[in-house]
Amino acid sequence: MTSPIPVRPLPRTSENSLLADAGSGTRVEFRGIVKDYGATRVLHGLDLDIAPGEFVSLLGPSGCGKTTALRVLAGLEQATDGVVMLGGTDVSAVPTNKRDIGMVFQSYSLFPHLRVIDNTAFGLLRRKVAKPEAVRRSHDALALVGLDHLADRFPHQLSGGQQQRVALARALVTEPRVLLLDEPLSALDAKVRVQLRDEIRRIQLRLGITTVFVTHDQEEALAVSDRIAVMNAGRIEQIGTPEELYLHPATPGVAAFVGLSSLVSGVAEGSSVRVWGEVLPLAGDAMTGDVEVFVRPENVRLVAADGVEATVLESTFLGSFRRTLVRTADGTHVRVQHPASERVEFDDRVRIAIDPEPVSVRPTA
Amino acid sequence: MNRLAPSRATRLVIGILVGAFFVIPMLSTFLYTLRDGDGFSLVHWAALADPEKASAYAPIWVGLGNSLVLAVVTVAIVLFLLAPTMILVHLRFPRLRPGFEFLVLLPISIPAIVLVVGLAPIYREIGRMLGTGAWTLAFAYGITVLPFAYRAIQASIDAVDIRTLSEAARSLGAGWGAVVVRVIAPNLRPGLLAASLISVAVVLGEFTIASLLNRQVFQTALVVVKNTDGYAAAVFTLLALAFAFVLLIVIGLAGRIRVGKAES
Repeated sequence: MTSPIPVRPLPRTSENSLLADAGSGTRVEFRGIVKDYGATRVLHGLDLDIAPGEFVSLLGPSGCGKTTALRVLAGLEQATDGVVMLGGTDVSAVPTNKRDIGMVFQSYSLFPHLRVIDNTAFGLLRRKVAKPEAVRRSHDALALVGLDHLADRFPHQLSGGQQQRVALARALVTEPRVLLLDEPLSALDAKVRVQLRDEIRRIQLRLGITTVFVTHDQEEALAVSDRIAVMNAGRIEQIGTPEELYLHPATPGVAAFVGLSSLVSGVAEGSSVRVWGEVLPLAGDAMTGDVEVFVRPENVRLVAADGVEATVLESTFLGSFRRTLVRTADGTHVRVQHPASERVEFDDRVRIAIDPEPVSVRPTA
Repeated sequence: MNRLAPSRATRLVIGILVGAFFVIPMLSTFLYTLRDGDGFSLVHWAALADPEKASAYAPIWVGLGNSLVLAVVTVAIVLFLLAPTMILVHLRFPRLRPGFEFLVLLPISIPAIVLVVGLAPIYREIGRMLGTGAWTLAFAYGITVLPFAYRAIQASIDAVDIRTLSEAARSLGAGWGAVVVRVIAPNLRPGLLAASLISVAVVLGEFTIASLLNRQVFQTALVVVKNTDGYAAAVFTLLALAFAFVLLIVIGLAGRIRVGKAES
């Protein structure tokens, strides 16, 4: 408690002191992180290298270890083995309050007994920043999230979205080395979720702060991330840009989790796979035998002749396009994305064909 | 209409019966303090300020002073020993909670007279080490108030997500001291206040332990005075009841006041 966390002096180049810091990011490294809870191993040697200023999402189903990884980075959990590096320094033994991080939690975490402005000033006061300076910088941070006018309110007087914005301002005001977001949007309703998601990304880009974002919502991860680490059962299955994950999923797990896919049976023939009489290139390693193929809705189209016969089960209008669920003669359900002008209704007979795009497959169980 | 609710008349009867149960003894005591020969007067109340009777009432004032010191020490035990332990168990050792809860609630099921049998030899040791001052009784009272204080504080802990709040505070650079003092304690304020007031009420109401351990406190002094002046004892009893009543109202109000004060 004796040595306060250093507050880096900043060049005051703009009116908002927070924005003056743009461009300084910190490298974050996980090196072989293992975490056991009793006899259960939840992280199996996690390795992840995050570049300064990068926005990386940890994406996966609940229980995949993504939150544990974040908490190990925050120092809220002690890794059983492995090293966490911040800016090239091993911080594994550094307690949470000395790691110089900013964190936004899934549940509302504002201090209920403090006004908004005192919430945001909390971290600065703990760093021995003088009160007037702390208040001024808190107003800057609140302005950044567009809530400066609510500075005198108490948390219970704010909506959920406003509370998470204040939590974001509170996490950023100390100009931390890394911003940790633990499913900060999951308690919010859909519209606010999208707004705040885009705002987090906008602010992150302006500040240039290294950010780790934990989410189970693949759409969220695809929308905001520089890179996404897809996790499953305590391991990273694939790490890449949103485009790479979506177009070239390395494993069936990634294919199933990122984006919408239908499972269609096919026969693998080395580096290609035969589906409905079409030969498609294989996205992953070569293999042979019966497989299940992950087919994206946008790679299936309605055709007038040829193709596979199917019956329409449901069709949903989604603005510029329609997404239609059909059932083929062998009982396979397939999602088709097609122009809204091609109207189909329940029980219609249609014909579908698949585009020759690379696909991922998994052996038939 | 709620068919299960008792009728208006039934409710009235229940209200009157329960009210009478509480009011009659107090009213009788009050009337008793007003008796003056065959008539009524305030002479016994006025006697409290009478210098001639001061020596007769002296034990009560000494006892009251001792009781107040005891109350302060007991509340300190609750706030600085029980509350931090509960926070620690909640945050760091949640698996200890069932055992801890059992232990803490145990004193409620042990009669004071039984407790004294065990406490007597311990207090012989305490007397040798710390003297026989009345304040040492606080150790025993610290145990007897545990169940009441525990329930009051636990209710507040369960109402606030102190785990997330303390993690948020830690991530903002607060050490454990700042977490407890600046974040957890203010949010547990209603529970801590209620626990303190209940502790005071228990300390001012306990007789068996104080009497059998030969400590002079308010309650034991009351018995001493009663032997010489029954009227005075009744007056003090009423005052003590009124004090407890005010305490209960304060607890009720404290629970309702919204936590909310600026940190400045």
